[in-house]
Amino acid sequence: MNASDQAEFEDEEAISGTGEGDEIMEEVEEQEDGYTSSTPTSTLTWISWFCSLPGHEYFCEVSEDFIEDDFNLTGLNTMVPFWKEAMEMVLDVEPDEDTSKIPDVSIVESSAEMLYGLVHQRYILTRAGLSTMVDKYEAGIFGSCPRVYCMGTNVVPCGRSDMPGLDTVKLFCPNCNDIYVPPSSRFQGVDGAFFGTTFAHLFFQTYRELSPAPFWKATSSSSHASPRSSTGSVSQNATFVNPNPHGGQKRAAGYVYVPRIYGFKVSERAKCGPRMQWLRLRPESSEELDMVDWRGRWLDDDEDYDDEEEEEEEDRQMEDFDPVCIMIKVA
Amino acid sequence: MLHRAVEDVSTGSDSDYSRFWISWFLSSKGNEYFCEVDEDFILDRFNLTGLNNEVANYTQALDLITDQLDDDIQDELRGSLDVQARELYGLIHARWIVTARGLAKMIEKYKRAEFGRCPRVMCQLQPLLPVGLTDMPYEKSVKLYCGRCEDLYSPKSSRHGSIDGAYFGTTFPHLLFLVYPTLIPPKSGPTDIGANAASGSGTKEGENRIRRRLREEMDPAIAEGGGENISTASVALKAERYKPRIYGFQLNEIAKLQRWQEAVRDRQVSRLEDLEERAS
Ligand SMILES: [Zn+2]
Ligand SMILES: [Zn+2]
Repeated sequence: MNASDQAEFEDEEAISGTGEGDEIMEEVEEQEDGYTSSTPTSTLTWISWFCSLPGHEYFCEVSEDFIEDDFNLTGLNTMVPFWKEAMEMVLDVEPDEDTSKIPDVSIVESSAEMLYGLVHQRYILTRAGLSTMVDKYEAGIFGSCPRVYCMGTNVVPCGRSDMPGLDTVKLFCPNCNDIYVPPSSRFQGVDGAFFGTTFAHLFFQTYRELSPAPFWKATSSSSHASPRSSTGSVSQNATFVNPNPHGGQKRAAGYVYVPRIYGFKVSERAKCGPRMQWLRLRPESSEELDMVDWRGRWLDDDEDYDDEEEEEEEDRQMEDFDPVCIMIKVA
Repeated sequence: MLHRAVEDVSTGSDSDYSRFWISWFLSSKGNEYFCEVDEDFILDRFNLTGLNNEVANYTQALDLITDQLDDDIQDELRGSLDVQARELYGLIHARWIVTARGLAKMIEKYKRAEFGRCPRVMCQLQPLLPVGLTDMPYEKSVKLYCGRCEDLYSPKSSRHGSIDGAYFGTTFPHLLFLVYPTLIPPKSGPTDIGANAASGSGTKEGENRIRRRLREEMDPAIAEGGGENISTASVALKAERYKPRIYGFQLNEIAKLQRWQEAVRDRQVSRLEDLEERAS
């Protein structure tokens, strides 16, 4: 991400509420740079302080027991410089008298952040960590999917790599199974490895009632569902069953966008016709998923689909769209 | 006709001082998605057919937009008229941006990524275009269309999230790519559009460069010539997608869904390739 992109993102802050939010955040961060003490106030632990920093909203507080158990830290000491000092800082232990060998406290601070982040990646895969994160999820701390037809499905933070230093944190949506850039620039300094590649998926495996099912059938009420109408009503979910007990148990938000020109569906025969609807499409039933083998081939590859297609698009479609006609209309 | 539009854009109508209300409206915070509607278009009553039934105080609202409002009533009515003038401008705007000249103006904004960029990671900062979910006013707020993933996103800022989608309409982004098929974004690789916007904007030189490039790209001969040779039958195969994994392993149910989706994709690709073959 280069500087100009960053500027662009900062321009578009405001995930929610006040437009000036980011500017305030930035100021706080600058102050924090000059912060030399690892114990900000007497009552606040380093962990609570760290998790309360702007941009750190996605982190949960890792229990000190977890950090103190060496087993949980296996392999991390080679990745974090000034390991001992960083541990002392994270656990609020008074450092040894001899601090002369540390060139700069800020180095220990970045080590402490790295240490905490890597421990965090492991902690959120534990039962305790998952349960802390589900509370944050249900409180909407991670925000919701920016995709209109995901109808405000809540997202979880995720990384694209488990190695630190490669990519910033992203957001995973369980409805479209896709990942998004967080809406505010303050998350651009947060390493994706601190959430890791596994957490988001283990999370929805664990909380299947939060995971949308892979199939969807339009009901009379939801076929023209408005993205503004209230989402995730409990009564709707109560009647929903996924025959696969290991699969998502929540009714999906399955509507897929259909582009139109002057009220006519844009035909796939047009060069600008839809090419990406498959990315968001769901079969109507669980059984239909089994019509494709493990190599991605249709088991019963006959010509049926042609009829199916016509039937589906019976409503006014622009066949053989003629751009010349449009040019005349346009001019 | 497109050619004339191109000239209009390049010469630029910089008569800002005589266009007070519109200039003021366009420079107000939150109105960044709107482009300037040419005065000729507004003054041609034919273009406004039916809008008198949509907007209260239509005549005065129109006078306000075109800076013809009598000074006498200006003080008493100005407050409420402003709301009606915004509505009227929005509805005129929806009609304007699907004309050749309107499209050209919106393309300029698109190239500067003024509508924001796709939040989808795999879309690699693809610039977005505004779109309505309906052409009826007062129903749905404006959404953003990504030409790469062909999906809709909500604006990040609540300032933009509250704009009526009917001021952009359901047709605009799709008509844009229909008329300018060379602007259809590729399904993979980094985005080239808007990349130099931040560095170039503000400086005259950068602006001129963008204008020059625009002029070249909007030349109808070039646009159509390129358009005829474009094949989009199999572009979907190039699209990248995210594959969820746990400890490196794919998840059963999601992997199954993704295989199904890709089979639907492949079926469409072979259908489109057959069509293309038959046509040639
Ligand atoms: Zn989503
Ligand atoms: Zn996109």
